[in-house]
Amino acid sequence: MAQRRGLLRIVAAGIAVALFSIMVLVPRAFERPLAALAKFGQPAIYDRDSILALTLSHIGLVIAASLAALVIALAIGIFVTRPAGAQYLPLARAVANLGQTFPPIAMLAVAVPLTGFGARPTLVALFAYGLLPIFENTIAGLKGVSPQVVEAARGMGMTGRRILREIELPLALPVIIAGFRVSIIVSIGTATIGSTVGARGLGEIIIAGLQADNLAYVLQGGVLVAMLAILVDLGLGFLERRARQPRSA
Amino acid sequence: MTEEPTARPVPTGAAAEGRGLARLCAVAALLAVAFAPFLALQPNRIVSGEGFSLPALPAAWLGLPLAAVLTACALVAALAHHAAVQALAGAAGALAALLGAGLAATALLPAGATLARVSLGSGFWLTTGAFGLILADALVKLRGGPLARITLAFAAVGAVLAVLAAGLWNDLSIMREYAANRDSFWQQGARHLVLVGGSLAPALLLGIPLGYLCHRLAAARGAVLAVLSVIQTVPSIAMFGLMMAPLAALAAAYPALGAAGIRGIGLTPALLALFLYSLLPVVANTVAGFAAVPPAVVEAARGMGMGPLRRLAGVEWPLAFPVIVTGVRIVLVQNIGLAAVAALIGAGGFGTFVFRGMGQTAMDLVLLGAVPIVILAFLAAVVLDAVAGRARGRAA
Repeated sequence: MAQRRGLLRIVAAGIAVALFSIMVLVPRAFERPLAALAKFGQPAIYDRDSILALTLSHIGLVIAASLAALVIALAIGIFVTRPAGAQYLPLARAVANLGQTFPPIAMLAVAVPLTGFGARPTLVALFAYGLLPIFENTIAGLKGVSPQVVEAARGMGMTGRRILREIELPLALPVIIAGFRVSIIVSIGTATIGSTVGARGLGEIIIAGLQADNLAYVLQGGVLVAMLAILVDLGLGFLERRARQPRSA
Repeated sequence: MTEEPTARPVPTGAAAEGRGLARLCAVAALLAVAFAPFLALQPNRIVSGEGFSLPALPAAWLGLPLAAVLTACALVAALAHHAAVQALAGAAGALAALLGAGLAATALLPAGATLARVSLGSGFWLTTGAFGLILADALVKLRGGPLARITLAFAAVGAVLAVLAAGLWNDLSIMREYAANRDSFWQQGARHLVLVGGSLAPALLLGIPLGYLCHRLAAARGAVLAVLSVIQTVPSIAMFGLMMAPLAALAAAYPALGAAGIRGIGLTPALLALFLYSLLPVVANTVAGFAAVPPAVVEAARGMGMGPLRRLAGVEWPLAFPVIVTGVRIVLVQNIGLAAVAALIGAGGFGTFVFRGMGQTAMDLVLLGAVPIVILAFLAAVVLDAVAGRARGRAA
């Protein structure tokens, strides 16, 4: 049963990847079905920019911001779970919890006056919002490591740094990946909205469609963004499950 | 849901009572007061203007005392031995910054200038933020209960509203934007609540029974949750866009539906998209809530002769309720933010001001939309956290 589900998942993912690749590389292939939605005389396929370039720019924005968020959130998360940073832990929890009530769109809106239009406000918003889920899950993951395990490692003569690297981080990894997954999915969505402030990405297609009242663009862009998010989510979900499996030492 | 595993208690005593953070914030507040532009004078609504830090304010009779008061609050907060003193210093500092910004704006605005604007600068935001963190840190140390937190959140919002209602901020550019959009501000606010409430209610009506069904039928659980989590993954603009095409086609095919208000743009696709987003947290938390009910308790209720309906209403539901409330909290906060994006497809709401402001590069108009959204989301989170906390206390 579980095996059949796994196989089904791989087949579904394969079809999705193939479909997404065709949409990105040969957008014309979908001209006929989309043409039904465009009004008379309107183009059915977005042609003001290459879909591949928009996709790569979108992914680039998300990766740059999310990796920076991962590094910083991990560093702070590790710090507040060490004895030296323990005094900041209750507040860090409160900030991570309430910070996530701040809507990503508001984060973007606040970043614009600070950095101007273009890719920069989007990067700032993606980074700032991306920190929170990773940070929260880093704390949850590290705090979830059984104290007996840490004690046993210390008894074996391991230093604090080695315990962190060889025991705590590997055990917390699935939870940290889960946080990264949430963070990156939110980032893909926020980067789409970032097109309203001039970030280059797939959101451009949707925005252009909304402005020109061209449903074909809206659908093309919507499907592209949705598939990108779903595919990335599937991929990270796979990594998360792998990390959860006990390693055969 | 990323409900964290049972957290071990933080080591109390010396470590938990540390003053490191209050000191850090106090230093940040001091630097912001001394050097960062507290206000900016703009020649008109779009051009960015010249910034003034508090000590450099032309109206020195106001700027210098205000800077002194804020400095005093920061010093008290940094040196306070008791968390209550720190809380008072934080609240006093934030309030002083709030009042001072309004007074300083009136003083800074040249007499008779109709186009000139005074907007809040980074100094104001940093100072208020630092005092807010000092206050939050003190409250964490004081370990206030949920009721205390609700009271405080509403008191903070009430204080801001009182300052606004008294007209103290009338010379600040964000309030100029409000004055220019007074009627539509409340209309769009009401629309925002319609979007949030109109999607939450059906999600609860459908999601809770669906969650219970998934709890009883293991076969349905995996498939339903998988489909809902794929839906949740779709970014908001894309989702709104994807709703437009089928609804437009439907309205075109059946004019009667179009006449009833079902259209490809506006309220209908927005409500539908928000409803779909709301389902996963409601269903997943309902499943988790019922799954956490100890089987022994259900068995005991059966032993006492309770029927299935009475077991559900009297035993299982009260025990599952706190987890379900946590799901409602997630949905509410999420929808308040996502409803802002719905403005892009003509559904209205506070997002209208955000996107119109971005289009006109008028940052104060953006803030006029963004600030109420943040406040609403924040209040929803605090209130529902408290409700969940109380329910958990009662169920235990």
